[in-house]
Amino acid sequence: MPIHLEIVTAERVVLSDDVDLISAPTRAGRVGILPRHAPLLTILEPGELGIVKDGVRTPFAVSGGFMEVLPTRVTILADTVERADEIDEARAEAARKLAEERKQMAQSERDAAIAEAKLRKELVRLQVARLKNVGRRQ
Amino acid sequence: MASSREIKRRIRSVKNVAQITRAMEMVAASKMRRAQRNVLATRPYADRMRDLIGDLNARVVGQARRGTFLEVRPDTGRVALIVVTPDRGLAGSLTSNVLRRVGRFILDQQQQGRVVDTYAYGKKGRDFLARSGQNLQAEAIKLGDAPKLEQILGVATAAISRAQAGEYSEVYLIYSEFINTLVQRPTLKKLVPVEAPEESGGGRQVDFTYEPSQAEVLDELLPRYVETQIYQAILESIASFYSAQMVAMRNATRNAKDLVRDLTLSYNKARQAAITKEVSEISSGAAALAEM
Repeated sequence: MPIHLEIVTAERVVLSDDVDLISAPTRAGRVGILPRHAPLLTILEPGELGIVKDGVRTPFAVSGGFMEVLPTRVTILADTVERADEIDEARAEAARKLAEERKQMAQSERDAAIAEAKLRKELVRLQVARLKNVGRRQ
Repeated sequence: MASSREIKRRIRSVKNVAQITRAMEMVAASKMRRAQRNVLATRPYADRMRDLIGDLNARVVGQARRGTFLEVRPDTGRVALIVVTPDRGLAGSLTSNVLRRVGRFILDQQQQGRVVDTYAYGKKGRDFLARSGQNLQAEAIKLGDAPKLEQILGVATAAISRAQAGEYSEVYLIYSEFINTLVQRPTLKKLVPVEAPEESGGGRQVDFTYEPSQAEVLDELLPRYVETQIYQAILESIASFYSAQMVAMRNATRNAKDLVRDLTLSYNKARQAAITKEVSEISSGAAALAEM
């Protein structure tokens, strides 16, 4: 019995599919969701969102959002989501550098926090982008 | 009958108007396509968010609702109304339909002894509320055709934080919902306290597990929900505006063309009459000469 997963961002429906396992980065740590999971509502952190279907794991980079888990369906309301092979590594690297510079230059605490958050997002994107090169696992 | 010169002048001016309305129709049509694409693209997120809140509302019970937007608060005698309208006119009855709904809502609340604080998105609504002296608290105008979420947060946050502080017992939203190019419907929505969608009536279910904690999840999720609904309303309003404007301008162009046809007919009649008159004058003059 698969789980019906929907990943939605403010701009579009990213994925709507039946999957076997979801591995998500939450504020309280990484969780793995299998079918018939107990109802769970959680806040997502920037990190790698792994989705396993038919033994193939597809990595996504997620920057935050909410995840609602019900026994047969899971809804992810994400701030931004990208599939690993959609991420342009060179551009992600450039964005990371920019974020790092911003962090150094930051005048106020607020600017520093914004730059820090941006930097974390870009690091995650880079990590996830590299996952696709590792080959398919599981 | 007006002189043929006067009629000619009117034909020219009506033709000019037709040219302008035709151009506006085309501009509105192209902007409408983009605005409709935007509103349809963001709907799933707003809808899923509403489903999620519905699930949540059916599960969270008792104490945990306290101090959140799920809690039905005692009447404070003060409610907030967020009005979303376009910045510009020339869109048929769109704005006046929304404003009529606003007027009805405010009267209704006042009859129940409540004070209504208003918040405006869009110039038309702002002007209406300011002119009629309706406790306008905050406004955002000229947001453009595709506003970003950050642009709309200012006014939303002002209303949300005062609701969180317990100043408002309820927060409402009025906007024009985009149904299709020909139909836009003024819609009233209650944002706070959050209400479950009608269909999810199936009794209370097992509560969620919350990670990291229920309070933290609700504190982040509920304001986000309200923001999302307001953002969606603004996109709906923009799509409605360009659709209504395109239709209004198309009608205006058609009316102008009908008018030109009627005027051309009267012009030709006037011309014909003038010629007939001249011919009969000449021929009667000639006849008079021949008799002499």
